[in-house]
Amino acid sequence: MRDEIQSYNLPDDCGHFGPYGGIFVAETLMEPLEALKAAYHRYMKDPEFLAELDHDLNHYVGRPSPIYHAERLSRELGGAQIYFKREDLNHTGAHKVNNTVGQALLAKRMGKRRVIAETGAGQHGVATATVAARLGMECVVYMGAVDVERQALNVFRMKLLGATVVAVDSGSKTLKDALNEAMRDWVTNVDETFYIIGTAAGPHPYPAMVRDFQAVIGREARGQMLGLAGRLPDALVACVGGGSNAIGLFYPFIEDRDIAMYGVEAAGDGIETGRHSAPLSAGRPGVLHGNRTYLMEDEDGEIIETHSISAGLDYPGVGPEHAWLKDSGRATYVSATDAEALEAFHILTRLEGIIPALESSHAVAYALKLAPTLSSDKIVLVNLSGRGDKDIHTIATREGIVL
Amino acid sequence: MSRLTSTFEALRQAQRKALIPFITAGDPEPGFTVPTMHAMAEAGADIIELGVPFSDPMADGPVIQKASERALVHHMSLRKTLDLVAEFRRTDQTTPVVLMGYLNPVECMGYQAFADRAKDAGVDGVLTVDMPPEEAGEFVPMLHRAGVDPIFLLAPNSSDARIERMAALGRGYLYYVSLKGVTGASHLDLGDVESKIAHIKSLTGLPIGVGFGVKNAEIAAAIGRFADAVVVGSALVEKIAAAQDRPEQARKDIADLLAAMRRALDS
Ligand SMILES: Cc1ncc(COP(=O)(O)O)c(C=O)c1O
Repeated sequence: MRDEIQSYNLPDDCGHFGPYGGIFVAETLMEPLEALKAAYHRYMKDPEFLAELDHDLNHYVGRPSPIYHAERLSRELGGAQIYFKREDLNHTGAHKVNNTVGQALLAKRMGKRRVIAETGAGQHGVATATVAARLGMECVVYMGAVDVERQALNVFRMKLLGATVVAVDSGSKTLKDALNEAMRDWVTNVDETFYIIGTAAGPHPYPAMVRDFQAVIGREARGQMLGLAGRLPDALVACVGGGSNAIGLFYPFIEDRDIAMYGVEAAGDGIETGRHSAPLSAGRPGVLHGNRTYLMEDEDGEIIETHSISAGLDYPGVGPEHAWLKDSGRATYVSATDAEALEAFHILTRLEGIIPALESSHAVAYALKLAPTLSSDKIVLVNLSGRGDKDIHTIATREGIVL
Repeated sequence: MSRLTSTFEALRQAQRKALIPFITAGDPEPGFTVPTMHAMAEAGADIIELGVPFSDPMADGPVIQKASERALVHHMSLRKTLDLVAEFRRTDQTTPVVLMGYLNPVECMGYQAFADRAKDAGVDGVLTVDMPPEEAGEFVPMLHRAGVDPIFLLAPNSSDARIERMAALGRGYLYYVSLKGVTGASHLDLGDVESKIAHIKSLTGLPIGVGFGVKNAEIAAAIGRFADAVVVGSALVEKIAAAQDRPEQARKDIADLLAAMRRALDS
């Protein structure tokens, strides 16, 4: 397995990362997935498409996003130098928009007038509604009823942008159920609809396609680190929900085998309590949402409910490429509890004047543990996947503050 | 010859069409299922499809989603579904039973263990909604060896190459999904379905069942004119939803609807 990492060219033509990934969907979706795969292969080689994508990323999203050396935080921790890739500074406030800009351009090329999306924290929903507004497309966003409640600000943003937000009341009423409902919409309206999946999961070609659109994070980071520090980092850290910001950072470094990669899952109340969202840390391989990957399931193969303070990490599966990177040993998957993420949220806010998203706070929490174990000439690059504005209410409520 | 194949053979000789009811195992509670299977056979069902409850039924509309949720409240599972089939088989050795569900519970049990246990329980066919033939390379031969028929779904947008591939791997019958949508949808176009079935029949000799959107006896009869089997699910499950606390009533409503479909199909 380890040797295969040396020249990395996964997935195979059917979307397999070793035993993971693939296409596990109802027959009606096979044809649209085939059409999507063909369009994705064609346009990712089309100079005109790539030029338009670059243009939008630069002038609309605000790329390249900066890299910031957190000197004060690094000094306080007394270990490795911490750098942040500032995806929180993107238009709409998170990395999600890198992918929605790309998929919406594909949708346009494929002649689709209607886009749909699932969302957990609402960041992907906002990023989808944003590009749909700009391109004049109809947009429907599915969101678990629980998440509609805890991310009310983003629900309002999506509505302002002209999207229809559908609260999903089935199952656990969170991200996985929103994904189920989006799949049901897609199978029903398949001819005119493009499904913009928000993370590096789902049936092939989504995991590879979302990775490729998010890989701009890691590509930029390579050049920026060389410019700023004169060398590449020693370790990469990113939070993992479905895994898109993490794979976006990791992918361009996969063949640099000396660079450690840490994916941070949500440990919720603690892995040992069972109330968490950490399938790579505590789950088993299975099939859900179109791909084979690590899942949180009971002994009968029913998917179990997850828990995390951050809606964007509250998902029982994970992108199949992370499952493969875990098994192959190329990446290491760790976790941070709600309490650790909250503590990290406050530390970053007070020491560096950066208010991170709760999702990203999980990555920060692990960096706070990792940096002191390394010498001060080492570099840890953390993906700051989003900003915390959307989470202010959650944090206030948790801390008993009435706004 | 499998129980499914001989059932279709007997129907063909009698120039009759198969009526295939679907209910979810354990809905609204486990004790309801086996007596209802017997009642359905008595009301004229030729084959019974039993849904295996799953936490994330992506291809199902709200009616069957809720059936899964009701069954899961009682901790219904793949293992317990197999127990129900075994119980049914004690008094009915002739009516074929097909399990319909999602792949993850099967993966969790293990393909070989599942094939063996399905065989032992008296299951005749298995329809896994989210397992296209591309991903079925390991599982399908195990089902073949166990004598359990793998049943594939065909859709309005399936290419000829895919139809032929599924016809080659499938046994018993092929299940044509009448519309682009989820179970319980109601935008079925009978003219479209008829011409598509004629086309599929030019590619395979397997019997073709049609399901999704069969709400009443008239639609069942119309489909029976060109397909070999009619599958009815949500319309029956709605009877359970409407009379959850009155199992005798729900069972009677199901039997009445099936009997009406039977009459319409046979006339
Ligand atoms: C800011 C932010 N980071 C991370 C995530 C998790 O998603 P992924 O693992 O795909 O990056 C989300 C999801 O909503 C998010 O909003």
